Amino acid sequence: MSGAPVAPHPGPGQNSPGQKSPTTQAETIFEARGVNLRFGGVHALTDVSFGIRKGELFSIIGPNGAGKTSMVNCISGRYRPTDGKVYFKGRDVTGMTPNHRAALGIGRTFQNLALFGHMTVLDNIMVGRHHLLKNNFLTGSLYWLTGARKEELSHRREVEEIIDFLEIQHVRKATAGTLSYGLRKRVELARAIALKPDLILLDEPMAGMNLEEKEDMARYIVDLNEEFGMTVVMIEHDMGVVMDISHRVMVLEFGKKIAEGKPEEVLADPRVRRAYLGEDDEEEAPVATIPPARKEVA
Amino acid sequence: MASVSIIPSGDYKTSYGSDTTIFPTRTSRNFAILGVVLLLACPAFMDRYWLSLLIQISYLGIAALGLNILVGFTGQISIGHSAFFGFGAFASAWLSNSVGVPVALAIPLAGVITTLVGLLFGMPAARLKGLYLAIATLAAQYILQDFFARADWFTGGTAGTIAEPLTIFGFAFDTDERFFYVALVALVVMYILATNLMRTRDGRALVAVRDHYLSAEIMGINLTKYRTMSFGISAFYAGIGGALYAHYLQFVSVEGFTILFSIQFLGMIIIGGLGSIMGTLMGTAFMVFLPEAMQALTKLVSGTALDTALNLKDNIAFLREMSIGLVIILFLVFEPDGLAHRWKQIKAYWKLYPFSH
Repeated sequence: MSGAPVAPHPGPGQNSPGQKSPTTQAETIFEARGVNLRFGGVHALTDVSFGIRKGELFSIIGPNGAGKTSMVNCISGRYRPTDGKVYFKGRDVTGMTPNHRAALGIGRTFQNLALFGHMTVLDNIMVGRHHLLKNNFLTGSLYWLTGARKEELSHRREVEEIIDFLEIQHVRKATAGTLSYGLRKRVELARAIALKPDLILLDEPMAGMNLEEKEDMARYIVDLNEEFGMTVVMIEHDMGVVMDISHRVMVLEFGKKIAEGKPEEVLADPRVRRAYLGEDDEEEAPVATIPPARKEVA
Repeated sequence: MASVSIIPSGDYKTSYGSDTTIFPTRTSRNFAILGVVLLLACPAFMDRYWLSLLIQISYLGIAALGLNILVGFTGQISIGHSAFFGFGAFASAWLSNSVGVPVALAIPLAGVITTLVGLLFGMPAARLKGLYLAIATLAAQYILQDFFARADWFTGGTAGTIAEPLTIFGFAFDTDERFFYVALVALVVMYILATNLMRTRDGRALVAVRDHYLSAEIMGINLTKYRTMSFGISAFYAGIGGALYAHYLQFVSVEGFTILFSIQFLGMIIIGGLGSIMGTLMGTAFMVFLPEAMQALTKLVSGTALDTALNLKDNIAFLREMSIGLVIILFLVFEPDGLAHRWKQIKAYWKLYPFSH
């Protein structure tokens, strides 16, 4: 797929470019201002600034090691930027721990699966309700007497709706660690949705999936964005999917932002082509003249 | 899929409530109730020795459950559990002797005080992991042991302290037959509390911290809080267990709460099954009955041809200790997931017979 980014992508690609950008603009849900992230001598991110609008489907692309996951980690709070600030819903959250950010409404999935392997799928998703539940170790232990049961059951109902949405009913009682890769990815998405986040970060949601699974996943992501009204930030290498479903795309290379804009604008950007997408044949043409010359040497 | 409980065909759940019960099926619940009822009848036909073993399983089982919440469910490690058990015993005795709290109140109160001590020693747990944490809990073990030996006002020093028997409305639970009911009720209550804990918000959070702490944090779980809290809960169960022990024996000596005892607690939960509530009880029963079984076995050997051929004589007592060690090692090799896992497999085999899956 990587060779032909503009090839018609099956699945959710039916929305025309005109409908892509969200109707209500303006309001910025997340903003990064001059974010720098250094690990000793390694500059993972250098002066990255961007904003994500509410209700947007925003993709971050770039070559491996460009700092995409580092950026997402700065948003979710796993990393604290060395320099710069991040704002969520107008609030400076730079120094805030991940668990507080979850309560504010940031949810995420991981590039490498990060499910609770020994818990059932249902419990995994219920963990996502953590900040919405109120019972604690005392009221939870007394279960029937304190209303914990009632609360748990009402949340179970909402979790079941997420299970329905992602079509994982058949595995709800299975241990998460025993599931196949594609299903685990879906359970992880379910767990992130259970947080009821306003901003959901998806780190390579389609990595390692076959075409059919990718189509399903793309549909879920579009549904999340359009029906549930969540702002989605997605890292993805499949350019077909990225170009089809994103409203805006940011491109990172060596920790620097090299482009940001509508998918077709980014696609046309020569720097992006050079860094990530690969040059066109006609641009490579001058290079192609060299091999014959080498042949003579050989 | 082996761990999924097998629900018989035709047993349909029609509400989320009926799908969230402690026991997966009606039969298993009825069996559990029947088991408790049978136990209630035990004092009528069991001799005192056997009753004392059952009481021992009860208070040790409660304390071991606390350790399983810490080690099995939260994935922390503690090799100082017996110190908390001892603290609960002394605290309860001290509350009833010196403060004048009735024993029925002193036992839960001792649990609460031990919780505070557990939280104190659990503070490093928020920062330490694995072997480092093990060493920190080892420090807790020795600090508390030293405290027991020195704090005469609290523990009676080397002489130990007496503990009043539990008395409710003038009825003293001072014999094995009577105390058996106290122990049984405490056991059932504490196990139900723990089961409820593990199926609600905070219990799930503990398991989440164990399975993947990074994503647990992203899910909004405060790691520091839950790691420390796990120590507190664990100490609470240890304290209750210890307090029951004190009022059962009516005497607490400073010598009992050694590191060896802590390791025994670890043995119970490893044999029973880490992260399994029922397994904890199985493991405790196993550890209590194993010496008895080995005693019987060595009795059979003594005086036989084997005894004379090997010239065992006085060494026969050591045979018992050695075989206990051997059984535990064999257990770890052949059943690393514990008795609870084996029990599930037996149940599955029974239900699925004659098919294997």
